[in-house]
Amino acid sequence: MAVERGTAAERGTPAETLVGQVVLPGDLLLLPAHYDEDAEGERLRLSAGAAPLGRLLCGPGLKRSGAGLLVTTCGLLRHRPGGGGAYWVDSQQKRYVPVKGDHVIGIVTAKAGDVFRLDVGGSEPASLSYLAFEGATKRNRPNVQVGDLIYGQFVVANKDMEPEMVCIDSSGKSSGMGIIGQDGFLFKVSLGLIRKLLAPKCEIIQELSQLYPFELVIGMNGRIWVKAKTVQQTLIIVNILEACEYMTGEQRKQALAKLSGN
Amino acid sequence: MAGEVKTKLSKNLLRMKFMQRGLDSQTKKQLEEEEKKIISEEHWYLDVPDLKEKESCIIEERSFLRCEDLVYGRMSFKGFNPEIEKLMIQMNSKCKEEEIEENDKMEADVSDEEMARRYETLVGTIGKKFLRKRDQRVLKDDDEDEDDEEGNNTKPSKRAKKMFLKPQD
Repeated sequence: MAVERGTAAERGTPAETLVGQVVLPGDLLLLPAHYDEDAEGERLRLSAGAAPLGRLLCGPGLKRSGAGLLVTTCGLLRHRPGGGGAYWVDSQQKRYVPVKGDHVIGIVTAKAGDVFRLDVGGSEPASLSYLAFEGATKRNRPNVQVGDLIYGQFVVANKDMEPEMVCIDSSGKSSGMGIIGQDGFLFKVSLGLIRKLLAPKCEIIQELSQLYPFELVIGMNGRIWVKAKTVQQTLIIVNILEACEYMTGEQRKQALAKLSGN
Repeated sequence: MAGEVKTKLSKNLLRMKFMQRGLDSQTKKQLEEEEKKIISEEHWYLDVPDLKEKESCIIEERSFLRCEDLVYGRMSFKGFNPEIEKLMIQMNSKCKEEEIEENDKMEADVSDEEMARRYETLVGTIGKKFLRKRDQRVLKDDDEDEDDEEGNNTKPSKRAKKMFLKPQD
């Protein structure tokens, strides 16, 4: 394997062969020929009348480099066909790096004049303008206190720059963003588990939803907020979600069966 | 003597707004040209060949959202928070909803027939508003005449003309 890695780093491996396998930073993935054609080739292809392919999406953990894609984080290489296709690396990291468009849970750490400082788990606190709430005006300020939890979205997230959040969408509606209720329980899990939970038709969520009424807010920064009718019920959900990271599907089903039996 | 004084005025002074009125066209032009020269001299540019922008078929994307089709992060189950449950349906079926809307149009609150029926009566009421008082009375009279024809005149006729009653001696 080590020898193979060496060659992979030097010359690159076709991306398709590595899908679902572990990739390491420095690996070079080679793409089918039509992706690294220069402008001239493109023109020829267009003039030939062939339907232009969609653009390839180079997701998190990968970087464009010359002919192919360079791996920057370690994890499993994922691929999604459809459109132009997409490659990304599925990693189990815990450190969150703000990304534009992500929905996260932030904790208000300071009120500084026009903006609130929010701890989102990134390298820097994010800023949130008091005008970026639904129905907020200069006169009508939102009632936000230090320590409140806020579910919001990043609008600015560049490296070397302070990230900026908002609690409204492009049409000015809150659509679920804003201050999260007073009680409930907040805890942290790995970013990989967050993505697992947010996947459509996630088994864990579907199984939990059969138990009893509860509410869940999942932030892409690894924070989860849970609220159920009683503290006990809340803590059960929290424990199950925390344990999900290290449980197989079978074990989880057993644990849930034990709970619903009670 | 006066001419000498004029020549002594500095260029910077002549360029000022309030001095422009008194200037003759020639000096004005001269000043403008000088200004242009200064600007073009101050303007500098990079003396490098143009970078050829190569179009690439690869888009870099830092977010998982576009790679994996992640659902909305707020959830509520079994009616714990009805508001959120409504929102969940709305957010998580965005793409599906568009398709549905194309297939069958939004169900109207008021059916077409009912709308027509309502308008039927509305035409009369609104139309009345735009009539003059006299015409309105004519309309009403017609209606009442029909009533009269039906038979007994039960209503004490409001429209009995008020006449001067002669006091009896």
